Amino acid sequence: MLEHLPALQVVVPLAAAPLIVLLRRPRVAWLLASAAALFAFVAALVLAAEVASTGAISYHLGSWPPPWGIEYRVDALSAFVLVLVAGVGAVVMPYAWRSIPAELPRDQHYLFYALQCLCLAGLLGMTITGDAFNVFVFMEVASLSMYVLIALGRDRRALLAAYQYLILGTIGATFYVIGVGLLYLLTGTLNIADLAQRLPELAGSRPALAALAFITVGVSLKLALFPLHLWLPNAYAYAPSVVTAFLAATATKVSVYVLLRFYFGVFGARQVVESLPVTGILIGLSVVAIVTASLVALWQADFKRLLAYSSVAQIGYITLGIGIANESGLTATVLHLFNHGVTKGALFLLVGGIALRAGGAGFEQLRGLGRAMPLTSLGITLAGLSLIGVPGTAGFISKWYLVLGALQAGQWWLAALVVATSLIAVAYVWRFVEAAYLSAPDERSAPAGEAPRVMLIASWLAVGACFWFGIDTAYTVEGARRAALFMLGGLP
Amino acid sequence: MSAAQLIAACLALPLAGAAGIALAGSRPNLRESVTLATAALLFACVLGLLPKVLAGGVPQLFVLEMLPGIALGFRVEPLGMLFALIASGLWIVNSVYSIGYMRANEEPHQTRFYVCFALALAATLGIAFSANLLTLFLFYEMLTLVTWPLVTHHGDDKARAGGRVYLGILIGTSIVFLLPAIIATWALAGTLDFTPGGILQGKASGTVIGGLLALYMFGIGKAALMPFHRWLPAAMVAPTPVSALLHAVAVVKAGVFAVVKVIVYVFGVDALAGVRAADWLPTVAGFTIVAASIVALRSDNLKRRLAYSTVSQLSYVVLAAALLTPVSVTAAALHIAAHAFGKITLFFAAGAIYTAAHKTEVSQLDGIGRRMPWTMGAFAVGAISMVGLPPAAGFLSKWFLLTAVLEAGQWMALAVVAASTLLNAAYFAPIVYRAFLRPAAARGEAHGEAPLPMVAALTATAALTVALFFYPDLALALARATAGG
Amino acid sequence: MDAFASHYTYWVTVFLMAAGLYIMIARGNLVKKLVGLGIFQTSVYLLYIAPGKLIGGTAPIVAEAYKVYSNPLPHVLILTAIVVGIATLALGLAIVVRIREAYGSIEEDDILALDAEPGKRA
Repeated sequence: MLEHLPALQVVVPLAAAPLIVLLRRPRVAWLLASAAALFAFVAALVLAAEVASTGAISYHLGSWPPPWGIEYRVDALSAFVLVLVAGVGAVVMPYAWRSIPAELPRDQHYLFYALQCLCLAGLLGMTITGDAFNVFVFMEVASLSMYVLIALGRDRRALLAAYQYLILGTIGATFYVIGVGLLYLLTGTLNIADLAQRLPELAGSRPALAALAFITVGVSLKLALFPLHLWLPNAYAYAPSVVTAFLAATATKVSVYVLLRFYFGVFGARQVVESLPVTGILIGLSVVAIVTASLVALWQADFKRLLAYSSVAQIGYITLGIGIANESGLTATVLHLFNHGVTKGALFLLVGGIALRAGGAGFEQLRGLGRAMPLTSLGITLAGLSLIGVPGTAGFISKWYLVLGALQAGQWWLAALVVATSLIAVAYVWRFVEAAYLSAPDERSAPAGEAPRVMLIASWLAVGACFWFGIDTAYTVEGARRAALFMLGGLP
Repeated sequence: MSAAQLIAACLALPLAGAAGIALAGSRPNLRESVTLATAALLFACVLGLLPKVLAGGVPQLFVLEMLPGIALGFRVEPLGMLFALIASGLWIVNSVYSIGYMRANEEPHQTRFYVCFALALAATLGIAFSANLLTLFLFYEMLTLVTWPLVTHHGDDKARAGGRVYLGILIGTSIVFLLPAIIATWALAGTLDFTPGGILQGKASGTVIGGLLALYMFGIGKAALMPFHRWLPAAMVAPTPVSALLHAVAVVKAGVFAVVKVIVYVFGVDALAGVRAADWLPTVAGFTIVAASIVALRSDNLKRRLAYSTVSQLSYVVLAAALLTPVSVTAAALHIAAHAFGKITLFFAAGAIYTAAHKTEVSQLDGIGRRMPWTMGAFAVGAISMVGLPPAAGFLSKWFLLTAVLEAGQWMALAVVAASTLLNAAYFAPIVYRAFLRPAAARGEAHGEAPLPMVAALTATAALTVALFFYPDLALALARATAGG
Repeated sequence: MDAFASHYTYWVTVFLMAAGLYIMIARGNLVKKLVGLGIFQTSVYLLYIAPGKLIGGTAPIVAEAYKVYSNPLPHVLILTAIVVGIATLALGLAIVVRIREAYGSIEEDDILALDAEPGKRA
């Protein structure tokens, strides 16, 4: 049982999906999906503990050794991402218990749970697999279910958002396959470890560069790197609340992971960082993403959209760490994957409660919210502090490493930029605070009381995590540093 | 209790008090009792630490590692002890005053007020006892955030605007200047622990040290060094007990405390003097002292005048610390205490005048001393302390400051101190003069003193101001120990 | 010229790729965009399959008689990719059907105009 855990990690949620479709009853569906998500979380924790104690795990699917079979590989980096994805997947399930009945007709519930399981399986699969083509397959499993999940939103604009995401997401995935195809033509293997061994001889050859470019563009579309982020705000704004929270916390993060995998696991730090202008381009795009998306977020009329644009900016911080490309910078990237996932997850979960009670999250509906929904408002304020990066919160820890990395790389202007743009985050978080606490409620759209209790508990778990991982950072920082060292070749 | 337990109690008590206040929210008497009981217990705990510190010990508490190599930890050294004593002691008085003020003015959201007040005290104690820069920064930001609801207490447009300036400047300076300075210090020195003699010695060139010092000095926005002083007058929209908290108990004191702490324990007085990286600082502080005094002179609004007086007085501390001699550091530490007692008295008096007579402008105060003799008497004591005359605490710190200035031969600083003393007298004396010697302008105003708790509180702080002049031993011992005894 | 002839499959691939992308960007009709998407994906199938074919090679059968055979792996991969492509296309069409039900149009400009109508919250 234990030695098959890497496979079960993906197979259990994957198998739960058809089972849910067969059984159909909403409660049974919820129970099955929750059990699968919980299992995935426990499995991820066990795997992470094992990796921390014994080093990377290689699992041969169907006992076919690579390069013939597909290899599942759990190392310092993927274990970290697995825990994040599975953890968020588990936390959103109790939330869905109340939020899904409020947002979807009863006969669609089982479909939601089935898709949620598929999406989770896809994301976990992308993370755990050691085969470049297999990444594509899981990417599409996750993406196709995401398109449907977004289209389930109550607003008709959710349909258009899903369609746009489908077009752009498929272009991204196809670009990725083209890149992998070129690598395959060059090296004759799809196993990531083998690719990493054979590529150095071909470094600088034109097909290898083309492959790098295709993969970068493709994955950047998926992770919504500016200017390829256009699908994200609408998708986040109109999807059902629980879907937004889950996607914001995991989907783009796994794509960043894939990028890291290829940059540092396949092409190698030397080629990407030293001989190509990749890092320069990444820094430039990240800076533009951080500044413009933060400013655009500031002027949104809807809080959910504001948070969506904030995500684009925060992704900029994540990719900025890759661009800085030293140990602290990469630590910041991996940390921010995790910390921002937790923070944005908490925020979107809480905003879901507002949308449920007030019928939306426009700023006129937020007026006087501090009195109508005190726990939700306080939670958003506290998670907002993590978004800003106030000390004591998770967001601070990643920002600390990002600034440290920039200073160590001698790029003090990047450090200045990171701290200065935090002020824009202060401004948009405080727009909420002022609306909630310093504005008289609008009689017509006043929310009808606090969010349901299970939703609050799930949300506050995430809010608590924002602070837990800001004070007791032993797990996250150690994990991220190991991952960063591993990427730079310092760890086996 | 062991020292570590006492430290933990000092930090946990206000937090527990905040929870208790929130739970007792619907019953005002119980709620206020919880506040007072917490304040008294907290003061007792802080006092419990005093003998150990006076005996030369450094009580410590290590909680956990926040980042590899950087602990969330606490160390009680003399300066922190002094600050904690002032803050926790004045919290008791301030709570008594708050009860009178909030009830007499029928302020809304009183539970939120007391909860945030208790949280602010927790943050203040955290700052006072912090063992390294990161812990200090953590509680520094917490203090800004938990005082924001107090500043915007009234919830109207004015409060919103004031809150924006307050938060914008304090968070802005701390994130843009202070945080990079801390991270750069970590990158250079490999430690953030407060160490006597400093941690940056020999780790960077004089230019880099000078740049870092500038980042720290302007980054600690709570010290209100010009041009980042605007938040203090903006925060005057808050109820008066909050102003007292900002100006005397916690916020600005946390700022100058951090300044002294950084100069003494991060840069090191001798190291800083060695590379001559702080030569510009007395000039900036001196400019702030004089300019703020002039603005105060021109303000008719009483609270605004007091606010600019604070801006000016804070720079005394910065100026004293920037002179980089043992006597000047003693003066800096002493002035934190002296200013706290004097300024809280002045604000209490201003609040009492507002409560009893609904007057806010200096020009309205003609003859008020005859209706409110206790209040205006206390005000006079506070004013004397601000100017720096005996028998008030302000004289003490000014004495040490002047000694340091003369020792150092800083003639510019001497001129600044002289000019500002004259200016202080020029903007405080007319108030006292109006109150006692001018006839009341309007007839038929039948108001007397403010409610008893308020008068009791402001009398107590006035008495403390005088007492500190006659019994300076404890404060002096702690201040001297800070300076390297 | 020789390089052109020997690499002609690549030229076809690139042409299909560019054509597909162009359609997706230039056309406002949601179904036509999906057609473009299909063409775009097809180009990738070709990219993988073409190099796997050896002239004169047979199917990969392990037997004495056959020495030269085509690489089977690309076929397997592309079989998967085709399945993914069909699923994507089906899903895309399903969403377009739902969009038509909700908006009464499948022209992107019309739909955006409908959402931007005054009286509706942006």
